[in-house]
Amino acid sequence: MLTHEFMRNALLAGTFIGAACGFVGYFLVLRAQVFAGDALSHVAFTGALAAAALGVDVRIGLFAATIAVGIGMGGLGDRAHPDDVTIGTVFAWILGLGVLFLALFTTSGSATNGTAAVRVLFGSLFGLSRGDVALAVAVSAVALAALLGMSRPLLFASLDPRVAAARAVPVGLLGLGFLGIVGLVAAEATQAVGALLLLGLVAPPAAAAHELGRTPFAGLALSVALAVGSVWLGLVLAYEISQLPPSTAIVGVAAALYAVAAAYVRLSGQFGEMSGSSRKP
Amino acid sequence: MLIDAAFQGLSWNLAHDVRELFAFHFMVNALLAGTAVAVMGGAVGWFMVLRRQAFAGHTLAMIAFPGAAGATLAGLPIAFGYFGACAAGALALAGVSGRHSRESAATGTVQAFALGLGFLFVGLYHGLLNGLQALLFGTFLGIDDGQVRTIVAVVAVALAALAVGARPLLFASVDADVARAAGVPVRLLSFSFLLLLGLAVAATSQITGALLVFALLVTPAATAHRLTSRPLVGLGLSVAIALVVTWLGLALAFFSVYPVGFYVTSLAFAPYVVARSLRR
Repeated sequence: MLTHEFMRNALLAGTFIGAACGFVGYFLVLRAQVFAGDALSHVAFTGALAAAALGVDVRIGLFAATIAVGIGMGGLGDRAHPDDVTIGTVFAWILGLGVLFLALFTTSGSATNGTAAVRVLFGSLFGLSRGDVALAVAVSAVALAALLGMSRPLLFASLDPRVAAARAVPVGLLGLGFLGIVGLVAAEATQAVGALLLLGLVAPPAAAAHELGRTPFAGLALSVALAVGSVWLGLVLAYEISQLPPSTAIVGVAAALYAVAAAYVRLSGQFGEMSGSSRKP
Repeated sequence: MLIDAAFQGLSWNLAHDVRELFAFHFMVNALLAGTAVAVMGGAVGWFMVLRRQAFAGHTLAMIAFPGAAGATLAGLPIAFGYFGACAAGALALAGVSGRHSRESAATGTVQAFALGLGFLFVGLYHGLLNGLQALLFGTFLGIDDGQVRTIVAVVAVALAALAVGARPLLFASVDADVARAAGVPVRLLSFSFLLLLGLAVAATSQITGALLVFALLVTPAATAHRLTSRPLVGLGLSVAIALVVTWLGLALAFFSVYPVGFYVTSLAFAPYVVARSLRR
């Protein structure tokens, strides 16, 4: 399996993207902002189309759009923590802009990148070039380094924003910076693996880690491990079963892991209640 | 130059322009369907925003896609796939609802898994990807008489169901704990509302596109919630904004080369921004 270059590329890029998504996802779940990740992955679609319509490199459009919208959504929220309704409103408008760029792009006649839009929606880990892998590794490494640097204050600000603000933690700035990094990861992940896979790598591993993890840093590590594990297992499955697209396989593995974790926690909670040590529901 | 190209069909005679708007049958159909979708979006969306379930609404709109793809693959009628998938999605979302942070994660998982399945179905079937763009962005100007009747019927049923459940739903949405103590079936209402949301979105998005339905669900309602907290006034305001935005958007799209979705979302977003800056 490892003799194929496309498989080595997929594993290398997938590992780094998975790690970044797992890390970002843990905080997104903690802050109840998974919708922001979802919205930013669709914003990538608008960005790519805008770049295509204007004749700029698609990557520039992707990164510029997601980072700008991520920070913009933060600016609209209370203490840079936009709620679902704010995210949804911005997101609907950005998709509307995407439709405009799609129309401009298709009427301008240069349909050479016609499949690019579809690839942004779904992507494929098996179709990455060496340059794509290098970019994925570099962007993920930058995002991970930035997140590691801010993880302690961000954790504080996410768990108790008021106390954190009283202790002079820059809660708003952290929220903005965090959403900017989410935008960065979203742009990279959608470009390499599609908008679909981003949500699948952000939500289920982090949700499972929140079910299982006892302490925040153990949960973070678990989230990253589960995301990377899902990528590896999914890639192997997709390699063995030729009809299965890698994105579906990875999302399927991640969702299954979450279902098992949730069921395990529920069941052990019920047994705990039976033996007298009842937990508050 | 860009403006000229955009509005070449528009004259300065407003009455003439309006007459021209109604001269074409497809435009009348689009206006009828748009009106029905806007009324439903404004009303159902007001409750969706009140319940902070925008993510769930988006997820249900996206779940229609794997449903349609799966039904095509299995050789079933597509409508069956839409409704089946949305009902299953509502059931799954109602099952995972609980603490807020976990709800967000579980909703994301449901959506990712459903989209993954949809992608698999598309891969197995070959050649539905054109339908995907139609599903996302809609074919608003190509609606036939039968589809108008379907939309109007679905909207009438959805609004009737909403009218029946409005009072207890309002109670349960504003204060779930007190409502539960007063004997209101909160869990049942929560599931029923998700089901209603899913079915309404599925029935309309296959004709107008998931994007437009979602925009009409969330943006006018968010504006109305910013401006007033009185339920009836807010509901009326939400429906009114949705209607005006849809009519204006359709009319602008008729006279220009740019798509309906862009006009409707932009026209809806503008009052939201104004409302936000008025009431912070």
